[in-house]
Amino acid sequence: MSVTEGQVAGIEEAARRLRATALTMIQGRGAGHPGGSLSCADIVAVLYLHVLRIDPRNPADPDRDRFILSKGHASATLYAALAMRGFFPQGDLERWGEIGCHLQGHPDRLGTPGIDVSTGVLGHGVSIGAGLALSARLSGRRFRTYVLVGDGECQAGVLWEGAMAAARYRLAALTVIVDANGVQLDGFVHDVMPLEPFADKWRSFGWAVREVDGHNVRELLDALDAVRNVHDRPSVLIARTIKGKGVGFMENDHLWHGVAPTREELAAALRGLGVEDAP
Amino acid sequence: MRREVGEALAEYGTANPDVVVLDCDVSISTQTVLFRRAHPDRFFNLGIAEAGMIDMAAGLALGGKIPFASAFAAMLCYRGLEQIRTCVAYNEANVKLLAGYAGISDYKDGPTHHSLFDLAVMRAVPNMTVVAPADGNEAKAMVRAIGERPGPTYMRVSRDDVPTLFGGDVAVEIGKGRLMAEGGDLTILAIGTVLGAAVAAGAELSAEGVSARIVEIHTLKPLDAALIIRCARETGALVTVEEHSVIGGLHGAVCEAVGRERPVPVAAVGIPDRFQRTAPDVDALMRYCRLTPDAVAEAAREVLAAKRGER
Repeated sequence: MSVTEGQVAGIEEAARRLRATALTMIQGRGAGHPGGSLSCADIVAVLYLHVLRIDPRNPADPDRDRFILSKGHASATLYAALAMRGFFPQGDLERWGEIGCHLQGHPDRLGTPGIDVSTGVLGHGVSIGAGLALSARLSGRRFRTYVLVGDGECQAGVLWEGAMAAARYRLAALTVIVDANGVQLDGFVHDVMPLEPFADKWRSFGWAVREVDGHNVRELLDALDAVRNVHDRPSVLIARTIKGKGVGFMENDHLWHGVAPTREELAAALRGLGVEDAP
Repeated sequence: MRREVGEALAEYGTANPDVVVLDCDVSISTQTVLFRRAHPDRFFNLGIAEAGMIDMAAGLALGGKIPFASAFAAMLCYRGLEQIRTCVAYNEANVKLLAGYAGISDYKDGPTHHSLFDLAVMRAVPNMTVVAPADGNEAKAMVRAIGERPGPTYMRVSRDDVPTLFGGDVAVEIGKGRLMAEGGDLTILAIGTVLGAAVAAGAELSAEGVSARIVEIHTLKPLDAALIIRCARETGALVTVEEHSVIGGLHGAVCEAVGRERPVPVAAVGIPDRFQRTAPDVDALMRYCRLTPDAVAEAAREVLAAKRGER
């Protein structure tokens, strides 16, 4: 499918707003995960504004595409995207973390409209996604399942159990996107527990592998279009990203993994994003 | 018991096309192979990967299927616990965990293959239903009962043949205890494979002039607390019997229930809090663990003495 330059620009603008909203939410709550919320913003924008076949008026449609935020700590970006698409009022975002608010620290499918799977413990999304993709095949449904994982998350053994199973059952309707920002809580991925040769790992597990610039909307769109033409195996997009992308003082710094910015830091970050006030 | 469960799965799969079965390379042992033969397109062998199997079952359930995820209890419950908590229970995914070779029924493989405290662990998981059938016929009925009742469920299945207590037409109502024999002096509450020992102990006590009420608690959670409290009120003394650690299983559940509402003496017949042994046959291991009618009768006498204030 062809995407116009105007559409690409619209998605890029949406990603910028997702970043601003997520950071504002994290600052407001005094808790959250800025680095990984920023690195996946372009991916989430591409999915929620263009790729996913979903309807905010019918969030339980059995034929809807499924999305699993396996790296559940990037919930702020997902919540911002769901509100942007109208799954719940924008005002809910300000109440994130309150006991009475449906928005949990990590996504809760039972409380928040638009969440397909509750996540938060890393490593599970690929196996759960494999189960969803298999359910679609068994039921003759045509929905696709997308799973967004972190690269640090790929250190978890259970993820590779799911990778084996998805290839074994040729679950071509399953697409995993790795937000490969190279940084995890304690430091660089290559220092904590190296994953390279990362693409070869996936290939050897029987997956179709594509490597893309995870901040290039056009590349992401093209790659997600191309996986539809793979019919004999699941696909993984290794999206090379920058942790903290868009906020200079957060970029590539693991200390911004799970710390909220101060009010002053938020203001500086929003200026850097070209946003004057909290959205 | 496992054979009946395999047969029941195959039959249930015929009746309900949404039923799927997953196993972890032990389908010949657990007898889910009977489902595989009947419904090969709905059977998935995930290899030796319990954690991944449970996650995949969660995904299948969220996609509208009724997955039965089968493995040995020791691996399913202990290795799979985080998956069970996060992906099954927290998601309220309609997964049926079939815990084969439960308790000490895998006598020949020894302590690594025993599940001594799986009921205690599973009972503490929010949203989880926990059941353990007493014989093959009840196990068969239970497969369909848990399948037709939405929600995460953990079902124990014994490796071994268990003496038949129920007819082929036995009905199972999840969450309700079953009165096996009336009695007024005390109540013996049993779960799972040791229900037969409880019934036999009742006969032994009867010969001594002691009238023991026998109640089966096949559903540990949600617990039939109303029935248990009524038994405490009407008989004044309880004995719990289980092929499980004395910590946290039926004994724990019963003590919690009566402790709140109607404190009475409660004796425990269960597996001592230590790893057990490899054995030549299951009866030898049951005797070694003192899971016998004699042990139940002895516990009944002790608890009766406590009730009468003699100790």
